[in-house]
Amino acid sequence: MFEPAPRLLLGLLTGFLFGFFLQKGRVSDRRVIVGQFLLRDFTVMKVMMTAILVGGAGVYAMLAAGWVQLSVKPAQLAAIFLGALIFGPAMVFLGYCPGTAVAAAGEGKRDAWWGLLGMTLGAAVYAEFDAACSRTLRAWADLGQVTLPQLTGIPAYAWFAGLAVFAILFFRRVDSRSAA
Amino acid sequence: MASVQPLKRPFWSPYAVGAAIGVLSWFAFLTAGRPLGISSAFARLVAWIEGILAPAHVEATPYLAKMKPVFDWEFFVVIGVALGALAASRLGGVRSAERPSAGRIAEAVLGGFFLMIGARLANGCTSGNGISGSLQLALSGWVFFLTIFASGVATALLFRKEVR
Repeated sequence: MFEPAPRLLLGLLTGFLFGFFLQKGRVSDRRVIVGQFLLRDFTVMKVMMTAILVGGAGVYAMLAAGWVQLSVKPAQLAAIFLGALIFGPAMVFLGYCPGTAVAAAGEGKRDAWWGLLGMTLGAAVYAEFDAACSRTLRAWADLGQVTLPQLTGIPAYAWFAGLAVFAILFFRRVDSRSAA
Repeated sequence: MASVQPLKRPFWSPYAVGAAIGVLSWFAFLTAGRPLGISSAFARLVAWIEGILAPAHVEATPYLAKMKPVFDWEFFVVIGVALGALAASRLGGVRSAERPSAGRIAEAVLGGFFLMIGARLANGCTSGNGISGSLQLALSGWVFFLTIFASGVATALLFRKEVR
């Protein structure tokens, strides 16, 4: 029923920091999330892109040092594409993603409590259809646990350098437009 | 207005927050051997509830039966997220007591329902796929990230979704 207590405490600490950061980053506010999808407020993209760049550079450095192993989800392209196509619009209407809904609920936002109820019902209904999805949707266009460096031969540091240049140019433009 | 104490400032720079989440993901890889994620905890919660109400059904449903142990590292990450956001909001003096209308409640329940169907079908959400998958340069993560962004923008613009 339970993993060992020290590991659970570690999870609790990791989650506490994650929730703390999400709230300080204003992404547990649904106006900020919907504002991103309306292309008016780029807070969500700034948080996510910086997390990807800082997190990715560190994780790949630790991988090279042999300290960690990657944990890559399989590229079941049909299932992921369809899932994401349902997820994106649902995130606009709920106004939160799962992590920010939990954060907003913790802060006491009542609409997020109802969101968590819907999310739990969604997980229950999905569980009934997983077996059928595994035989069909998941098996279609499944490229396995593949990363962009493996797929393209372009090394990880080049991906991060390219993404960093793109992010800096893009956000400078966004910030100068909103300051004007 | 800006307090000298960062913890008491209501909000931080999104770049600082992104960098902090990036460093937190190093911590997760180093100490737990796994990346940050949220949505699988909801499948575990369902496996636990149905395990009490209908244990035979759980055993007959491989997706639920494999959710053992129910209360794992990620489940406690989710509990921590709620507590951390509560602490951050109170320290920063941010409080929301808005009572949602019946329409907003229906929107939130339905939105949450489809959000989780999509997340479980895609094997993860904005955290597990969008941040953790993308930072590992996983093809799965980037396909998810770009698709939710494009479909979300299209939906928001199409419905002219406004939030006060």
